[in-house]
Amino acid sequence: MSVKLGLLALLAEQSMYGAQLRSEFEARTGGTWPLNVGQVYTTLARLERDGMVAQDAQADEEGRILYHLTPLGLEEVTTWWRTPVDRDETPRDELVIKLALAVTTPGVDVPAVVQTQRTATLRHLRDLTRLKVQASDQQASSDGTSNDLAWLLVVENLIFAAESEVRWLDHVEARLAAEAARPKRAVASTDAAAAEDAEYRTAAARSANTTTTSQGARK
Amino acid sequence: MTAPILHIVDVTRTHGEGETAVHALRGVSLDVFPGELVAVMGPSGSGKSTLLNLAGGLDKATSGQVLIEGDEVGALGANQLASLRRRRVGFVFQDFNLIPSLTAAENVSLPLELDGMSVKEGRRAAHEILEIVGVAELADRYPDKMSGGQQQRVAIARALVGDRRLVLADEPTGALDSTTGEGVLRVLRDRCNAGAAGLLVTHEARHAAWADRVVFLRDGVVVDTTGSPEEAETLLVGSGS
Ligand SMILES: Nc1ncnc2c1ncn2[C@@H]1O[C@H](COP(=O)(O)OP(=O)(O)OP(=O)(O)O)[C@@H](O)[C@H]1O
Ligand SMILES: [Mg+2]
Repeated sequence: MSVKLGLLALLAEQSMYGAQLRSEFEARTGGTWPLNVGQVYTTLARLERDGMVAQDAQADEEGRILYHLTPLGLEEVTTWWRTPVDRDETPRDELVIKLALAVTTPGVDVPAVVQTQRTATLRHLRDLTRLKVQASDQQASSDGTSNDLAWLLVVENLIFAAESEVRWLDHVEARLAAEAARPKRAVASTDAAAAEDAEYRTAAARSANTTTTSQGARK
Repeated sequence: MTAPILHIVDVTRTHGEGETAVHALRGVSLDVFPGELVAVMGPSGSGKSTLLNLAGGLDKATSGQVLIEGDEVGALGANQLASLRRRRVGFVFQDFNLIPSLTAAENVSLPLELDGMSVKEGRRAAHEILEIVGVAELADRYPDKMSGGQQQRVAIARALVGDRRLVLADEPTGALDSTTGEGVLRVLRDRCNAGAAGLLVTHEARHAAWADRVVFLRDGVVVDTTGSPEEAETLLVGSGS
């Protein structure tokens, strides 16, 4: 998520000064992406350099400088709204990498890795669900300001993401169980490789003669 | 700490004997405290329904103990068990189990009436709870004239009617779309927040997320839980606003 586009989107609505942009950004995303004022001002400076925002000619009554969108900035935001988020550009999920490594590394208890992750994700899901209940109560009791609705949508998105992670973990577990039940020729050699590997590691640990555990060393 | 409403100690449940014996549960312990909703998850055949049936006095443990508010369920006679199920325990079955010859309202008010409440009062209570689960308009309809989701909501109303201290629900959202399912969980959650204890079997993580903690079963054994009751309590206090 780029701060730049977030600020442009806010400025498309009305001119604002830096601190106001920051609090508005946080209010709408429910604090999911906390920003500091410095970040806001450096981003504004870059946007100004690129001709997407400009400062008002005069300060407001309280002496604050407001920023407004230029036509170029407006075009940028409009394009953003129209274009889907490119998932390929977001960094690969650490969990996927971790499991991919886990299934290929001898001696790793993969079902335990899956279970540990699922427990953590379920807790996260529970906490999100509580937030959601609060958010929807808030929305129901308020005069329906759009910030409450925005926050609710953000929480729901996080819930869907966490849920999909749990479903994927269930799938991984089922896949591992099916794989374990499948008779395979390579079993003996994998076991041998694992045993060899374990032997190698004990030998290495002995000769290294350090206090570092193999666990610590692998981190 | 307060006493648990549901106290399960090292229960086993074995079907059949010898070679062909099926060990549905092998040494499960679980406490559910007032105010707590606990979810049970696990693969098909892992013993979830068996656990719920034992908790509701619908089945007897092979060994171990099940206590509801201090009463050992295994030691109760048929009449005492029936009264327990009418007054203190609400049960939502995986396959609804509505009585086909009774309307929705009659299905819901039956346990109250059997327990001595007047028909009029029973019906009033039934309408109230049918309203809460969103099927008030079906009060006079028979089960075979309802969709699966509607039957499910009537079954939930039946489990929640009266002042049940323990609510046991086996996949209560299975036949419901996501918004309706959520509505049902909310009702269940509210019941627990008001002091009841709930045990909820579900395959859906999104639904288990309404619980304070999740217990995982695999092959009749608890393999993991997302936390202790103490922890759940502090979390609740922490977010209780
Ligand atoms: N009456 C019975 N006789 C023999 N075996 C039984 C009986 N009832 C249940 N079982 C076995 O006990 C085990 C646990 O069953 P249970 O119904 O508790 O599973 P579950 O976790 O609820 O599964 P699902 O998610 O499919 O509902 C299964 O292996 C099942 O076949
Ligand atoms: Mg079942």
